[in-house]
Amino acid sequence: MADFALNPEMVDKVTPRLVKGNSTYKSVTDDVSRIVETKTPREWWIAFSLSVAVALMMVGMLAYLVAFGIGTWGNNSPVGWAWDITNFVWWIGIGHAGTLISAILFLFRQKWRTSINRAAEAMTLFAVAAAAQYPLFHTGRPWRAIYWLFPVPNTDLNMWQNYRSPLEWDVFAVSTYGTVSLLFWYVGLIPDLATLRDRASGVRAYIYGIFSLGWRGAARHWRHYEMAYMILAGLSTPLVLSVHTIVSFDFAVSILPGWHTTIFPPYFVAGAIFSGFAMVITLMTVARWALKLEHLITIKHLENMCKVILATGMIVGYAYGTEFFIAWYSGNPYELFTFVNRAFGPYWWAYWSMISCNVLVPQIFWFKKCRTSVPIMFIASIFINIGMWFERFVIIATSLHRDYLPGSWGYFKPTMVDICTFIGTMGLFMTLFLLFIRFLPVIAISEVKGVLAQEDQVAKHGHGAHH
Amino acid sequence: MSLVQIETKALTGRKYWRSLNELSGTPAFREWMVNEFPGGAELLDGASRRNVLKLMAASFGLAGLAACRRPEGKIVPLSRGVEDLIPGKSYYYNTVFTQGGSAVGLTVEAHDGRPTKIEGNRNHPQSLGASNGYAQASVLNIYDPDRSAEVLKGGQVSSWAEWDQFASQKFTAGSLGRGAGLRIVSESVVSPSLSEVRKSLLAKYPEAKWVEYEPFSNENAIAGTRLVFGQPLQAHYHYDKADVVLSLDADFLGIDSGSPLSTKKFSKKRRSAKPEDEINRLYVVESQFSVTGAMADHRIRSKASDIDSFASALARELGILSELNVLGSADKVQKILMALVRDLKKNAGKSVVIAGPRQSARVHALALMINQALGNIGTTVTFTQPLASPEAKAFADLVGELNAGSVDTLVVLGSNPVFTAPVSLKFSDALKRAKTVVHLGAEKDETAVLSSWHLPLASYLESWGDARSVDGTVSIQQPLILPLNNGRSALELTAQIAGYKDQKGYEIVRNYWTSQWPAAEQEARFRKALHDGVLAGTAFAEVKVSADPKRVALPAATAKSTQVEVVFVPSWSVYDGRYTNNAWLQEAPDPMTKLVWDNAALISKATADKLKVVDGQILKITVGGQSLEIAAMVQPGQADDSITIAAGFGRKQIGRVGQGTGFNAFEIRVSGDAIQFASDVSNTGKTYQLVTTQEFHSMTEPKLMDAIEPKTRPIVREATVEEYRHHPDFAPHMVHAPDDSIYGWFDYSEGNQWGMTIDLNSCIGCNACIIACQSENNVPVIGKEEVSYGRSMHWIRLDRYYTGDAEDPQAVIQPLSCQQCEAAPCESVCPVAATTHTPEGLNDMTYNRCVGTRYCANNCPYKVRRFNFLNYHKEMVDIEKMVSNPNVSVRMRGVMEKCTYCVQRIQEAKIKAKVEGRRGELLKDGDITTACQQVCAADAIVFGNINDPESRVSQEKKQPRNYALLAEVNTRPRTTYLAKLRNPNPELVEHHG
Repeated sequence: MADFALNPEMVDKVTPRLVKGNSTYKSVTDDVSRIVETKTPREWWIAFSLSVAVALMMVGMLAYLVAFGIGTWGNNSPVGWAWDITNFVWWIGIGHAGTLISAILFLFRQKWRTSINRAAEAMTLFAVAAAAQYPLFHTGRPWRAIYWLFPVPNTDLNMWQNYRSPLEWDVFAVSTYGTVSLLFWYVGLIPDLATLRDRASGVRAYIYGIFSLGWRGAARHWRHYEMAYMILAGLSTPLVLSVHTIVSFDFAVSILPGWHTTIFPPYFVAGAIFSGFAMVITLMTVARWALKLEHLITIKHLENMCKVILATGMIVGYAYGTEFFIAWYSGNPYELFTFVNRAFGPYWWAYWSMISCNVLVPQIFWFKKCRTSVPIMFIASIFINIGMWFERFVIIATSLHRDYLPGSWGYFKPTMVDICTFIGTMGLFMTLFLLFIRFLPVIAISEVKGVLAQEDQVAKHGHGAHH
Repeated sequence: MSLVQIETKALTGRKYWRSLNELSGTPAFREWMVNEFPGGAELLDGASRRNVLKLMAASFGLAGLAACRRPEGKIVPLSRGVEDLIPGKSYYYNTVFTQGGSAVGLTVEAHDGRPTKIEGNRNHPQSLGASNGYAQASVLNIYDPDRSAEVLKGGQVSSWAEWDQFASQKFTAGSLGRGAGLRIVSESVVSPSLSEVRKSLLAKYPEAKWVEYEPFSNENAIAGTRLVFGQPLQAHYHYDKADVVLSLDADFLGIDSGSPLSTKKFSKKRRSAKPEDEINRLYVVESQFSVTGAMADHRIRSKASDIDSFASALARELGILSELNVLGSADKVQKILMALVRDLKKNAGKSVVIAGPRQSARVHALALMINQALGNIGTTVTFTQPLASPEAKAFADLVGELNAGSVDTLVVLGSNPVFTAPVSLKFSDALKRAKTVVHLGAEKDETAVLSSWHLPLASYLESWGDARSVDGTVSIQQPLILPLNNGRSALELTAQIAGYKDQKGYEIVRNYWTSQWPAAEQEARFRKALHDGVLAGTAFAEVKVSADPKRVALPAATAKSTQVEVVFVPSWSVYDGRYTNNAWLQEAPDPMTKLVWDNAALISKATADKLKVVDGQILKITVGGQSLEIAAMVQPGQADDSITIAAGFGRKQIGRVGQGTGFNAFEIRVSGDAIQFASDVSNTGKTYQLVTTQEFHSMTEPKLMDAIEPKTRPIVREATVEEYRHHPDFAPHMVHAPDDSIYGWFDYSEGNQWGMTIDLNSCIGCNACIIACQSENNVPVIGKEEVSYGRSMHWIRLDRYYTGDAEDPQAVIQPLSCQQCEAAPCESVCPVAATTHTPEGLNDMTYNRCVGTRYCANNCPYKVRRFNFLNYHKEMVDIEKMVSNPNVSVRMRGVMEKCTYCVQRIQEAKIKAKVEGRRGELLKDGDITTACQQVCAADAIVFGNINDPESRVSQEKKQPRNYALLAEVNTRPRTTYLAKLRNPNPELVEHHG
């Protein structure tokens, strides 16, 4: 019998291994746990203090905003929403990749998700946390909005909310999404928390112990765990689609030209996935290098994400084209004007920034060289993040600034408070992310082991196929 | 006091609101508040508002008839209760408002003893119920914390007692002898009582002189009548009888009209009830785009100094002048002129030719001669004796006397000549040569700081007086409140100088009138005069005149100049500078330029290109050796080589509101002439931020759209009278409105259903509605910086659009407030249901429930919702708060607001109807008048019950030119517009295929 023994390099040529190097169960556990268990590196402290400082700036800006009013931002009449809702939609969009990776890819049995799902889910939660600042603080009276928008009994309002308002739908959509994402993330963390507990001592063991909910790795535990995880994945999947659909209703349900369009739900969801994956690449390319996890988060993972970006980027580009076509085809002069005005009006620069970043930049991913080059994809992902911010700005501000009656037209310019608040939300996001990589396993150890075991078997099978 | 002054100086216009806050908390301010009410200081515990009200209410202790105020006397405190004074109920008193020599009768609303809202007096022939922006805003002036509050002697705080002592030495001990050294400068004297006191004064001091001075006067018009008819006369133009009107640089619907009457009369003839109706035709020749020009059917853009040649050419064509006058203008002007001549001839006896106050006596004379030749004199143009005629020469003579050192005492009554006098006279230097200068003024202004004595002037709402309007009708000026700053009126000061025993305004006025009546009727007639607001039978008799145009000796025409002209006009906002500290007027955008808080040098595009200047760049304009640096603004429709500057801005001695606003046109107004020539105009390259509420948008979309599909948005719908006859329903048919709902419409067929129509054909865009609404609804003022961000709070905005040629366009104006949509897009998107619909069809705002998501404003296709981005009210000092209407909530920061159709007035009328036993009945016309409707001189705004088929609003809505704005969005607005009509001369209509 011929020796069919395959060495790993040969297997890689057919189906690249998801974990590189000579990883074993023990080495995976060690590699991931090491990050949490070693002494806090100086670099972390520097990054963390910087992030906290920026996050505190956001707190300061919001305090200033509450003290003096929305007038400290650049919003005006007719541009009632500007950076506030732009930033909200941008952050919510970024939050999409996490749930998509963990839920939808899980249901589709895409094994490559295992190395990146934990960090992506964490990113989702932190992005939602950053986004959540805006629905509250963009209101004129946040001290009322904080509870008047929820259907809780109170003696001030003495009536129900207006359930016809898309903003009310938003309240439910975003809070549901945030809750389910948190649960999903936490359930996935339980086995790994137990691993950390078992390796830790003292207070750390105690705290990890509380959060690992008595996990012992028994078969019964695994059975329940798998079931819960599957159910949550099933619950999360429609949410991935629904959140941004409902966010898009804020615009689609209105009568403003440029907002009132039925293409918004799929267009927003595609855009959200697009921006979410871009953010995952931005963070993961840095994290895998900083945490020395190149063998776990491999080029294959990154390449797959680049492919998703290419696909969703083209959906988004197609949506831009369709909007223009419908604006002309509908015969609605206001609609047509809005789109011509986007491209050639006072905000032309925002529109063309959006097109360049979102439509042109992803085209480089047709080339394998670009898909597998970490520096190129890092730069491209930054551009896409910028482009997606401009997309929301273009939709919100340029539609508002010139609508039906030219007598009401205006122009929006951001103030320093606008800018600093936005930068501050990035500080909040980074602060939470840095805390995450410091105290929790950035990679789903138990899931990666599952993939690892399979690979071992392929290798073993190859070697031992003598019968 | 000095503390307050230091802080006042440190504050600039931009920081206006925040600064007031800072000021209101200081102990110096509180002290100053007490000083403001010295007469009742013992009653005041600090600056408690309740005590202030108590004090004021006490003065109403004797108030008997609701419309008839008795003289003040402190008898009963408010806490004891006063008969007839029902808390929360408003009272109305008739009084009269004077400005620039014209008087308008008013009805003023007071709450708990404070005047809050000005309305026109229906009985007054110059008002007929309407009023203008200045009158509307004048109520804010009396609560101005920067108003002069104490007697100043040489700049130091003094007291009335000290002044009285000084005055008794000066004016009673005979130190002035026969008064050779006494000179008095006042504004136009239109008060019969003041004239009477003046007579006594001049009898006491026979060698004294009284000079009336106005920076903007009708002197040329009166000189024109003297040229033609040999006597000074006041012309009255009856636009309501004229089919053709030609204006030669007369903005008779706007700033050149002292009263709402000309608009009232003009709009009567402009109104179209059905397509067959004839409307008047208006030709305007002018240099700057005025609101009258915007109404014109044919507007000729011409340098103001060239209008003389136009008038001469017209006179020659009508056979009045024989001299050959080369018009030398473009063919277009010649063509219009010839068509105009035929039109005027055809409408002889039914036309009006009016020259503006900036034009020379010669142009006025020409206009009168044309009217004479057309047979208009006696029909559409009538005359009465002139009321007052301030003469520039008398003022110049006075300056000569001052310079000669022959003036011992100069008394300045209620005006600010140091600021407004022609610069060549160097009045401020001359003033210093008088031994004593006494200034009675409302502000510590430029004249006050140069005077030996400054005395605070009581406002017309605080003091007794009377005034004749241009037609002679007398009204008693009845105060509504004790002088807040303890001021005195010009009448009282004159009486003091004249040595009157009783120097109380009330006694002087009452005695003057009652002494002319039989004793038995005195009380009743005086009461009736107060009640009606007019004194019956006091109008001047018409002076019948006629002239032979051939025998009029006209002065020679001035040669045309190729130099750049500078035209000085009173400002829409601040008039001659007297309202520079009035925030309502400062923030009301200029009707044509839409400029707020500033003036600018208005130039045409061609002139701007020649000077290589763009909007906001600073020009240096030199006139007669004096130069002014002023921001330039390109104004479509402005004549080439002509600069228009609104005067009154750029005051240096001014309160916090007016600080740093605009540029002082008087710095280059070398002589008293309104039209002067610039020896040099150059671009300094410096820039200045000019803030407008609207850019130069037209309804035609930008050029790049033309490539795809040229479209004019059907916003202001307009047709010629001819087109209207052929297509009566052109306006509603300009768009297809679906008018469909998948849910079915709510049934509004029961009960009162509120609706409004705005006739775009009548509206002249005068801004009066903006200020009336601001006053009625406590709309905040936000300052230049906030307006620059695009946060204007006015509940009504006037959208101005240009049509046609970019250099020489036509303009249309569209008032826009909440349209009260039946299918309101704002309502469905509010997450907290803060904006909802009433069964009467009102789109209500529940301020308390609003959290300020601004979604409603985003979803409003008309963009009429206003958001309180900052706390625009919090910073008001206590005295300013007194102007507020207690029936309207003051909105806090973070809350959305908008037009309510004056819901407080609707509720008041409903309660009243219920009390009168009309429960269940529909409200009728006249039960409710919204603030904007009430003030409108053009009667363009009609509000009422659309369920009452007899109501005016229902009738208007039946007109075929009635259309709903943005009906295609399916909002079903309750406010609808009546399309604009133009009536071009058929000879001049270019027929397009």
